[in-house]
Amino acid sequence: MSWRSSLSPLLILLCGCSPGASPPVSGIPEPRSGYHFQSQDTQNLQDDDFANPGMLWVDGGMVLWTEAPETGKPACADCHHAADMSGVASRYPAYDKSLDTVLNLEARINHCRTERQGEPAYPWESEPLLSLTAYVAHQSRGVPVEVDISGPARPFFDAGETYFHERRGQMNLACVHCHEHYVGQMLRGDKLSQGQPVGYPIYRLEWQTLGSLQRRLRFCNTGVRAEPLAFGAQTWTNVELYLKWRATGLPGEAPAVRR
Amino acid sequence: MRRVSGVLFALLLTQNLTGEPLTSSPGDAARGKAVVLDRDLGHCLLCHQISQLDESFQGNIGPDLSNVGGRLTAAMIRERVIDPTRLNPQSVMPAYHRTEGLAQVAREYAGKPILDAQQVEDVVAYLETLKQ
Ligand code: HEC
Ligand code: HEC
Ligand code: HEC
Repeated sequence: MSWRSSLSPLLILLCGCSPGASPPVSGIPEPRSGYHFQSQDTQNLQDDDFANPGMLWVDGGMVLWTEAPETGKPACADCHHAADMSGVASRYPAYDKSLDTVLNLEARINHCRTERQGEPAYPWESEPLLSLTAYVAHQSRGVPVEVDISGPARPFFDAGETYFHERRGQMNLACVHCHEHYVGQMLRGDKLSQGQPVGYPIYRLEWQTLGSLQRRLRFCNTGVRAEPLAFGAQTWTNVELYLKWRATGLPGEAPAVRR
Repeated sequence: MRRVSGVLFALLLTQNLTGEPLTSSPGDAARGKAVVLDRDLGHCLLCHQISQLDESFQGNIGPDLSNVGGRLTAAMIRERVIDPTRLNPQSVMPAYHRTEGLAQVAREYAGKPILDAQQVEDVVAYLETLKQ
């Protein structure tokens, strides 16, 4: 245990601050990407852009990025330079003042779809949304994660932190059990990682396709026989914010490859 | 005071903290082995190793059970399978025969224990045979 994690609870006790205002304490003092828990073959697949199947979606996203809607409204590329997207994914989810909520990357992209392009939002987990998200997230490859959890973002963060620590499902397990208490140990054929969100969307070999972080999280719900939360549920964005904060400093990896 | 301990005793009985069998028909070790292996029932290999079983990818979240019959009595095994959180509130092992106090349970499993009483007895009988 590092000095930071062992000392901070003490500091909280001493200053007597309310939980919302005090600095949060991570159960993971040294974040490590899920990449390090994968087999050599899977790592090789991620490392080689020509072999990484996720790059197909990045390429598809690049096409959508430049395509203007038939209504004559501007394309993504007409308003944004791809280079300006560098680092964006590493800052998301982020609080949006006008909507008074936190948005994840998919929701932010869909917001531009509806508000700036006058087009219907892409359904969650649809191919175009996955492709655009992969394209935008890919621009943050190598950029260290750093989300803002201060001020109005804090209650969303706190809710995500709570969800992470609550037991659920017929198997009665919390995220923290698998992704902090038993990291590195085997759950049947899976080596448990810290549950880091830095490679999303990922190409998962078991899915044989690209999937979002929420798709992965829904698996972690059904794995303990919990009713999976719906795609787009506010709780998922809160959990994403908590996970991203927990991953502070880890470089973006999208599109990562996982077992 | 006597009333309090009477209530406590009744509580112990209903919650089976005494380790008494859950059924009048004895457990069957062969059926228990199948329950232990079944992914939809015990799936104990998710977290445990049992070297007597010829299965790849055995988990190591919990202790090796290959000699559990040599270490624990049937009553002790039963208590742990029914609800390990009674012995260790921090336990990550699922309570296999408990339905209350759970959150967000998937619809198809709501209100049902993971194993029914006879399956618990069968698992206990099988684990009792594991000796090294
Ligand atoms: C029963 C154990 C278990 C529980 C409980 C669990 N997960 Fe997982 N989770 C896994 C397994 C197994 C994997 C795939 C292997 C790995 O990366 O750990 C995984 C993967 C993940 C990943 C992907 C990591 C990557 O590198 O791509 C994230 C993120 C994650 N889990 C978050 C969560 C969250 C949030 C919760 C609570 C809602 C949760 N998990 C609950 C077992 C669990
Ligand atoms: C008409 C101009 C316009 C179009 C078209 C547009 N956007 Fe935006 N986008 C903006 C503006 C302005 C913002 C600043 C935030 C806001 O108020 O929405 C923004 C914000 C964003 C952000 C967040 C940037 C950050 O730093 O937080 C992302 C990601 C994004 N847009 C992606 C897209 C994608 C993908 C498309 C195409 C589907 C698109 N945008 C189309 C104008 C546009
Ligand atoms: C999610 C992981 C998990 C699953 C699944 C699981 N266990 Fe456990 N089990 C544990 C852990 C961890 C312990 C250690 C004690 C504790 O933490 O409560 C344990 C302890 C035990 C013990 C006590 C062993 C000893 O040496 O003290 C027995 C007996 C046992 N488990 C039986 C089973 C059986 C039978 C099944 C399947 C029906 C099962 N377990 C499924 C995690 C699990």
